Order: sequence, then C-alpha cells, then structure tokens
Amino acid sequence: MSAEQPLTGRARPDRRPHTLKEWRKLGGYDAVERGLKTMTPEEVLDTVAAANLNGRGGAGFPAATKWRFMPKPGDAPGDGPSYFIVNGDEMEPGAFKDRILLEAVPHQLIEGAILAAYATYSSEIIVLIRDAYRDAIANMTRAIAEAEKAGYLGKNVLGSGFDVKMWVHPSAGRYIVGEETALIEALEGKRAVPRKRPPFPAQSGLWGRPTTVNNVETVSCVSHIVGNGAQWFRALSRTEEGGTKVFGVSGRVNKPQIIEAPMGTTAAELIERAGGVSGTGVLRCFQPGGGASGFLEPAEADIPLDFGHVAKAGSMFGTGTMIVLDESACPVGVIARHIAFYARESCGWCTPCRDGLPWVAQIMARLERGEGRMEDLQVLRDTVEIAGPRGRTFCDLMGGAMSPLGTGLARFGDLFEAHVREGCCPIARDYGRAVA
Amino acid sequence: MSLSKKLRSAITEAMEHHGGPRAAMLESLRMIQQEHGWVCDAHLEEAAALLGVTTAEMEDVATFYSLIFRQPVGEKVILLCDGASCYLNGAEDVRDAVMKRLGIGFGQTTPDGKYTLINICCVGGCDHAPAGVIGRNRKLVGPLTPDTIDQILGEDAK
Ligand SMILES: Cc1cc2nc3c(=O)[nH]c(=O)nc-3n(C[C@H](O)[C@H](O)[C@H](O)COP(=O)(O)O)c2cc1C
Ligand code: SF4
Ligand code: FES
Repeated sequence: MSAEQPLTGRARPDRRPHTLKEWRKLGGYDAVERGLKTMTPEEVLDTVAAANLNGRGGAGFPAATKWRFMPKPGDAPGDGPSYFIVNGDEMEPGAFKDRILLEAVPHQLIEGAILAAYATYSSEIIVLIRDAYRDAIANMTRAIAEAEKAGYLGKNVLGSGFDVKMWVHPSAGRYIVGEETALIEALEGKRAVPRKRPPFPAQSGLWGRPTTVNNVETVSCVSHIVGNGAQWFRALSRTEEGGTKVFGVSGRVNKPQIIEAPMGTTAAELIERAGGVSGTGVLRCFQPGGGASGFLEPAEADIPLDFGHVAKAGSMFGTGTMIVLDESACPVGVIARHIAFYARESCGWCTPCRDGLPWVAQIMARLERGEGRMEDLQVLRDTVEIAGPRGRTFCDLMGGAMSPLGTGLARFGDLFEAHVREGCCPIARDYGRAVA
Repeated sequence: MSLSKKLRSAITEAMEHHGGPRAAMLESLRMIQQEHGWVCDAHLEEAAALLGVTTAEMEDVATFYSLIFRQPVGEKVILLCDGASCYLNGAEDVRDAVMKRLGIGFGQTTPDGKYTLINICCVGGCDHAPAGVIGRNRKLVGPLTPDTIDQILGEDAK
C-alpha cells in the first residue's frame, strides 16, 4: 500500500462488512463521540470547511458551503425536521466506487452521516440506494440497526441532546433519480422529475423542509476529518482540494479496479496501477470521471486529477472513475453507447433532452453502421452548441450527455468524418469488434 | 388474486417507517414485486387502497421506475449491462450469445417462462466487465464471455 487509504483501507477484500463491535475495535465511532461530545455543530462545519472537502458525486461543490445554507433550529419556517440525504444511486457509466463504500464499510458512512446531520441541524437521515445494489441495501440496513441499538442513532445520542433517525430507501431504477432534486421527488413518492431551482433544497427540499444531499463518498470522508483534523485531511491530497479520492479505472485496462489514492494522482499512475492499457497497449484517450466527462488524450495523462485541474483541461472530474480507451477502441462507438444510455434514462421533461437525445442516438447508430452523412456531423455539432450549455435544460443530464460528444467531435473530428467517408467504423474494420 | 396478509401488514408498516403513505408507494411496489416477480393491476389497486392514494397515483410511480415490472417476467430476470466499460470488454458479444441461446431479445421472456432478458445501465461492476445482475437478488456476475454464459443461465443464482 502506497499512501494512506482512510476510506477503503479497512474494507475487507471480500467486502464482508464489519459488525459494530469489530468496527469499534478499528476506532469506529470515536469521531462521532468526539464531534458530538466536544464540538458544536458550527465547529464540525468549520472543520469540514477547513478540510476543503469537495462533493464526490460529480459537481465537486464544497460540502461545507452547501451545509451553511441549512437553517439553525428555530430559523426554519414552520414545523418539522430538516433532512440529510445520502445519495447512493450510482448509475453513471463506469462508476463503481460508491458500491464498495456501501457494501464493505457501512459503519463509516453512518459515522459521517451522523456528523453531517449534526452540522446541518438535521434530525432525519435517508440513504437512497439503487435497486441493483442489494448487498449494499442489506449491509446498510443491518449496520443502521446495530448503530441504533448501541445508541449512536436515536434520541439524545451519547447524551449530547442531539436526536437523529436514519433509514434506507431502496430505489427502483432510472439514472435520473440520482439528480438531487429528482431524488427528493422520488422520496416523496413521485416520478423523479427534477425540480426548478430556486428554491434550493436547503430552503425547501424533502416535504418542503430544509434538505442537504451529499454523495456516499463525500459523507464517508466526514468522520475522518472530524477525527483527525482538517490539516491531516488536506495533507492527504497532492493539490489544494482535500483528501484522498476513491478513483476507478475501467474499460481497456488489464486489471480494472477501485484505487484510493491522493487527490491529484495522475491518470498515467492510475492506469499503471490498474495493470496498464489492455488491447493494443497504447492509450488512445480516456474519460476521467464517468460517462458525462469529456475526453482527454495521452498528453493529458499527467495532469493532477482533481476538480480544478480537470476542468481547466476542458473536461470534468465528475465521479473520478475513469474509462480508458486503447488504440483499438473507437470513441465514436463509446459515445454512441453513452448517448443511447442518456436518451433512455432521461426523465422526459424538457424537449432538447427528451427529443434531442433519441435523435442524436439515431445519428450515432447510423454513423457506426457506416450509413452516416456529412450533414449529420453538423447536426451533432449544432446540438452540442444549442443544448449542451448549462442552463438550457432543466437539469444537467443533457449537458452531461453532450460533453463526451462535444469533446469527441472537437478532438476526433477526423474519425467521425472517416466513418462517413469510408462507410464503416475504420477502427472496427482494422481491429475487429469492441473486445479487449 | 389478493395480497397476502404478510404483505398487507408490511405495506402498512412501510407507511410509518418511510414517512407517510406517499413515501411508502415505491417501497410497497418493490415488496409486491419481490414476492410475486411483477406488479399486476389487482395488486397495484389493492396497495393503493391500503395506502389511501389513488390507483392513478400508484400507476404514475409504477411506470416511471424502470425496475418495477408491470408485466409478468420469467423466473429469472437477467439484466445485462450495456455501459461503456462493459462494451469495451466485449459486452455485445455476450449479449448476442445470450440472445441466440435464449431466442429472445431485450425486454422479452422465453416462451417457457424461465428467463427475461433486459438491458441495464452500468451496474457498478466495471471491474468485472462485461457484467450483469441476475435473479431476484440481483446477484452481480462477470466477467462474462460468450463461452461462459452458462454461468448466468445456470442454477447457481435464482
Ligand atoms: C442526471 C444526474 C444524475 C446524478 N446521479 C448522481 C448519483 O447517482 N449519485 C450522486 O451522488 N450524485 C449524482 N448526481 C449529482 C447530484 O445531483 C448531487 O449534485 C450530488 O448528489 C451532491 O453530492 P456531493 O455534493 O456530495 O457531490 C447526479 C446529477 C445529475 C444531473
Ligand atoms: S435535462 Fe433531461 S433529465 Fe434533466 S430535466 Fe430535462 S428532460 Fe429531464
Ligand atoms: S459499465 Fe458495465 S458494470 Fe459499469
């Protein structure tokens, strides 16, 4: 093991979760005791702010900044609880990092959630987990019951006067549920169509109450920050953004895997640790953070991977789970799969997304079959330009779908044209169908 | 066909546990499906009545979430990942092999009622690509190859 791995270091290789007793022996819940017994909610929040913890769900928004929007008790209008929601819907293509945190180290997430709820004056914690993660649902449910029995959840936790409930809400499919306002609709028993903002969830979220939504990995960091301090957390990272990152490397690599490493680790290092590029062994390009992140090329394999640096390179760090393509893999084919996915998983609320994505999907399929026309490429460019920018659609699904397409067209325009000119996928022709 | 006593009380319990009748709708549908494999009209109506919501509201939810099945499915549901990492590792060859073997396409059930085949987005098993999740407990399987699809059709995971 190279550096410290606070998030995954205690996970067992077979992902069998710890009992509460085992977890306690590993130092579990010490941070909860420390936070609730010796710190005010404001002090917990300030510590997380000083740690520079950016949200790990895709957008990289600073966690503490989001938390500061939550009203103090008495300041929220009306009666009722504030909610802290953990987003475990993970469905982004190429993302498989939250799964291990939910399955193997559920108590770590509970610890973080208790502290986060404390800092946001929330008395109810809901963990939404996608249907396909049955082990995660079972392990989380069991761990919550243990924590409740031991008095870490419930009324007057550890004599601090803080009351908090926690439960799991299993979802039932569809990627759009992961969008935070769609997720709130889902919890209210509705179709998961994103909400208009403002109001933001901290003002009016679940059942109209103040609500914060954070990603599983973000929440899993919190107990470590409270337990070891902001400076320690920042020192884990190679850049300004604090902590380690649970990276994922998949696609054309020899040993696809989850790798927890310092924030700022490079793609080249991660690919090497994942056994190197498979197929031809020569890297063509990669998406640094899931299906909605723009393509980067070998020359960019040495930039430090964090939200700031990757954005500067014209892509998005997103989920931090990279998809690797070797020379024998066709980016046009990968984009076609992504677009088909986003078209299928859209909520259908706004026209550019509902009608535009299936249209783009048809064009991509046509290109792959070798039946594309040069005019098609202009339609693709126009769609990226018109519907891609933030704010043109109700949520970021459409923008996310357009980013691999837009960067693909910009970086591999000649390859798109070759599909039309040569009447086939030139890469599939030369190397065969997409198999590593 | 009406809901079992056990399911009826589980639905009533879910109402308290999940924060009210509306919030318990999806959980109720999930529980019905877990027991019966899919959600038929009669069960949907009965659950709606129990929760005190309209059938239309229940239907509204049931038809949005892609893994609530509103038509009968086979004994074993095979969900094959069509995400990019799986695609890059030969998912389409596996897909073709499964389709050929079962004689059905995505969204279809074999005439003997044994298997239903569905495509699904990334199942969080990119380190086992090409992957899928199978059976009522959504067991993760992979890496799959056209030669080892017996693994997912076999008896090891119901
Ligand atoms: C279409 C769409 C799907 C999303 N899916 C997820 C998801 O599965 N998990 C997640 O944590 N965030 C997802 N997000 C981001 C959430 O909206 C939200 O920003 C995030 O949960 C906040 O957590 P963080 O600040 O800790 O990153 C999605 C966003 C969009 C637009
Ligand atoms: S962009 Fe797509 S997914 Fe997002 S709200 Fe509009 S239609 Fe729904
Ligand atoms: S892309 Fe298939 S499991 Fe992730």
